[in-house]
Amino acid sequence: MPLTFAETTPADAPEQEYLWTLNFGPQHPATHTTLRLILTLDGERVVNAVPHIGYLHSGFEKLGEHLDFNQYVTIVDRMNYLSPMANEISWHHAVEKLLGIELTPRCKYLRTILAEIMRIQDHLLNVGTTALDLGAFTAFLYCFTQREKIYDIVETASGQRYHTSYTRVGGVLFDVNDAWIDKVRKFVKELPATHAEVHKLLTRNRIFIDRTKGIGVLSTEDAINMSATGPIARASGVVRDLRKDEPYLAYADLDSTFQVVCAKAGDCYSRFLVRMQEITESLKIIEAAIENIPAGPVNVDPGTHVVIPSKPAVYRSIEGLIQHFEIIMPNRGYEVPKEELYAATETANGELGFYLVSDGTTRAYRARTRPPSFIHFALFPHMIRGHQLSDVPAVLGSINIIAAELDR
Amino acid sequence: MLDVSALQNQFGAEIAFSEFRDNRRVTVPAASLFPVLESLKNQHGFSMLIDITAVDYLESEGATDRFGVVYCLLNMQSGERLIVKTFVNDPDPVLPSAYSFWKGADWMEREVFDMFGIRFDGHPDLRRILTPDEFTSFPLRKDYPLKGRGERHNFPVLTRAES
Repeated sequence: MPLTFAETTPADAPEQEYLWTLNFGPQHPATHTTLRLILTLDGERVVNAVPHIGYLHSGFEKLGEHLDFNQYVTIVDRMNYLSPMANEISWHHAVEKLLGIELTPRCKYLRTILAEIMRIQDHLLNVGTTALDLGAFTAFLYCFTQREKIYDIVETASGQRYHTSYTRVGGVLFDVNDAWIDKVRKFVKELPATHAEVHKLLTRNRIFIDRTKGIGVLSTEDAINMSATGPIARASGVVRDLRKDEPYLAYADLDSTFQVVCAKAGDCYSRFLVRMQEITESLKIIEAAIENIPAGPVNVDPGTHVVIPSKPAVYRSIEGLIQHFEIIMPNRGYEVPKEELYAATETANGELGFYLVSDGTTRAYRARTRPPSFIHFALFPHMIRGHQLSDVPAVLGSINIIAAELDR
Repeated sequence: MLDVSALQNQFGAEIAFSEFRDNRRVTVPAASLFPVLESLKNQHGFSMLIDITAVDYLESEGATDRFGVVYCLLNMQSGERLIVKTFVNDPDPVLPSAYSFWKGADWMEREVFDMFGIRFDGHPDLRRILTPDEFTSFPLRKDYPLKGRGERHNFPVLTRAES
């Protein structure tokens, strides 16, 4: 019976002869991506787990020092690829904070809607694959059907289904049209039915509860001490959501439409419940934002010389061409304060922050990412200790490790 | 809000305070980093460590120190953020580990060590984390070229028969 929390063994327990070692990954269906665990087992009980990461390390932060603020967005996309646009919004949030740009109201709302759609996209995948790892295939299919619709929405806005590279300094690549707004409205109307079906499939499912309840418990003190953020911290009773606590974009306007979802138990089951409820809250935000999306320009005033002019302006007017040239050429660009700052947004996985150091050019001198996956994976040995081997996929799934973000 | 003068009274006047946008920062000499972090954690309520990172100022104009190490702290009660910055230099960049205050520092310090070669005294398990154990360079230092130094080519090639 996994309902009672298994007695844990301290990490410095003496090595005993009957313990055996199991290599888990780097290529294993339950890791979803490439990561490796060395598990020390006492029978089927996990005594210790040592994660080995870095299989997907591709030097994103080094690239960030060689690409300009608009080019690096294509790399940032590929960090948490389950919700690519959330990374872009976070990156340009940091850049715009450094430059001191105030976005237009339309852009703020547009980015807010997209950030929430990305949260739903991420949570749907996480709920689906966690269930898949535990043997519930149907919920996975239900979630992925809805994810297809999100791809369509994203494609209508940006022209790309996956790695959108949609945001730009001071705005976005293209403005959205009425067809897109109708699509989002339709999606908001349709998703609750699927959401309810997934709830019916999993929430009171005896097998699912047995596999997740009381597994991978993270206490409130540990969550704070070990730097957990996002749904994982909130499932452990930490009441913190940057959307409420440090409102950015249009969240200050939409504050009354949503609530911070928290749970107390801190186990895999409450993380699942928090994610499910966050989908509902995100829908409320989208619903309110899509009806109130302001008219007007989506990019900041071209007079600020940071925003790339639209393509028709570049091709048909000399002013547009010159401005495009001034921004794109490596020895030109705009004025950037010689400063450094930390800026973070609340993404589906937790606090995604950027520590930006500028040397006055349009390239970052240092572009540090605070990746939530990396910090959450450090919690894994703590969470799994004392549980069964079959709980490894449950805990791995519930902390939502994205190896591309983990290794960068 | 943290009263910086209280910190200055306690740990000396070298502690400098600066502000940019909504970021509040204190710069601390490496020697007094450990007691300052301890005081921030235990007396000033900065219960969460958000991030540890480093910056290599080798190519930065007017910089006097090589590495800046940055601690982003968060007070969970009041929601206040604070950035603590300190500087270390070649040939032996070493700092005390913050692991005893925040367990979350574990992997963050390992990453800084891996990428910059800054050692953290008192860290329980300071190994490389993202690059392989055999790797000898520190990739995020500014004197490390974007294309690497041919480490990839020097790794032994495993054939199918050997694997």
